[in-house]
Amino acid sequence: MTEEPNFEESLAALEATVDALSRGDLPLDRALAVFEEGLGLYRRCHAILADSEQRVTKLIAAAEGLIEEPFPVE
Amino acid sequence: MDPIAVTWEDRPGSPQALTVTQLARVIRDTVRANPILSRILVRGEVSNVQRAPSGHVFFTLKDATAQLSCTLFREDAEMLGFDLEDGMDVVVSGDVDVFPRRGSVQLLVKAATPAGVGAFWAAYQKTRKKLAAEGLFDAARKRPLPSFPQTIGVVTSEIGAVVHDIVTILRRRYPIAHIVIAPALVQGPEASVSLRRALAVVSDRVDVVIVARGGGSLEDLWCFNDEGLARAVAASRVPVVSAIGHETDVTIVDFVADVRAATPSAAAELVSPDATELMARINGAGRSLVEEIREALRGVRHRATALRERLSPRGLQRGIEANRALLERSFVALAAVAPREVIRHRERLEALGRRLDVLSPLATLQRGYAIAEREDGRVVAHAVEVESGDALAVRFQDGRIRVHVNQEQEEP
Repeated sequence: MTEEPNFEESLAALEATVDALSRGDLPLDRALAVFEEGLGLYRRCHAILADSEQRVTKLIAAAEGLIEEPFPVE
Repeated sequence: MDPIAVTWEDRPGSPQALTVTQLARVIRDTVRANPILSRILVRGEVSNVQRAPSGHVFFTLKDATAQLSCTLFREDAEMLGFDLEDGMDVVVSGDVDVFPRRGSVQLLVKAATPAGVGAFWAAYQKTRKKLAAEGLFDAARKRPLPSFPQTIGVVTSEIGAVVHDIVTILRRRYPIAHIVIAPALVQGPEASVSLRRALAVVSDRVDVVIVARGGGSLEDLWCFNDEGLARAVAASRVPVVSAIGHETDVTIVDFVADVRAATPSAAAELVSPDATELMARINGAGRSLVEEIREALRGVRHRATALRERLSPRGLQRGIEANRALLERSFVALAAVAPREVIRHRERLEALGRRLDVLSPLATLQRGYAIAEREDGRVVAHAVEVESGDALAVRFQDGRIRVHVNQEQEEP
């Protein structure tokens, strides 16, 4: 199962692209590729943070074992 | 003749005499069926504690005018969280039952807590010393909290202000995280077992756990002084933040927790990064990204312009024009994708970029100068450093070439 990179990984990758570009030693085509990658990561981080709908669940013991059911948040 | 026997025999349809076993069963069934006698709380003084090799504990609970035999089975004794001792004032919970074989009425104790300030402190100090001696409170055992928890476990009562405060703060600060609430009893004789269970199940599926309870009396908070719960906190797979009672209440669980928070709200803040700060960090990275690529593009554009001025052949010129067009398109694309706040800073950034251009060694190269370097990239600044036969590299604005020195030093 391949999971999408989580927020922490995406933020670290975004900052890594900034570092890579700021060294200024990349040939232009590489620099553009890194920039594009960084822009994708920027959008991703932004979207995760701005659009997250917090999931709140409650652990309960059911016949089939432990299950999580939505926890009402007003 | 015994008049009672006569009366008995005269009763129409009267049953036969019961056996002792039958009567004992009737009594047992009556006791068991009476809801008042199950799940009860009883307070009294512990006496005559006896521990059987099997692990079961037998004792008597008494007050000034009555006493009651009590049995604590091994599995419940192991979960008790403190040692029962003669003379101790306790509240026990359990069910009344009848043992026909011994003709006795017993209280089957499920859980107990010390009652009264004296018993409370005696048990508290004993547990605290024991766990401190084992090193469970050592600073070296404390684990750092994860910076970006994906899931946050909350062990507390599912009703009341505490869970509400924690969820509200996490929602405001860090909506990314999934919050898993593991409901537990947070007071009463069965609370420590309930808390241990909740902690055990939730710590397997989260990155950090908050164990919290609002303020209460010493007795209310007793379950957080439970030795077994303290050990479970110490053994938790993930770091545990405790927030129990008011700031002045320090329970055994607070000592073993990886971090102790003053309040449940403080605990929520400790486990979560602030989304506002994170957004600023992301936007800062986005700005830097655009600044850097703009810088790179500007450098290349300058070079292209300089080359066009210096080179005449048409073929080359066309190639350069094509590259130039590509660059211009990149600029347009960049402007289209750049975050709005970046565009607002554009003028300032470009001014900064121009200043940087003047200072940069790359700018020097772009003016047509070259730099001589050793193979390892060290710059050769003086002719006297060079000997005939040395391998050097000369860096131009568009790349490096290797050269061999065939004469050491010309007359200046």
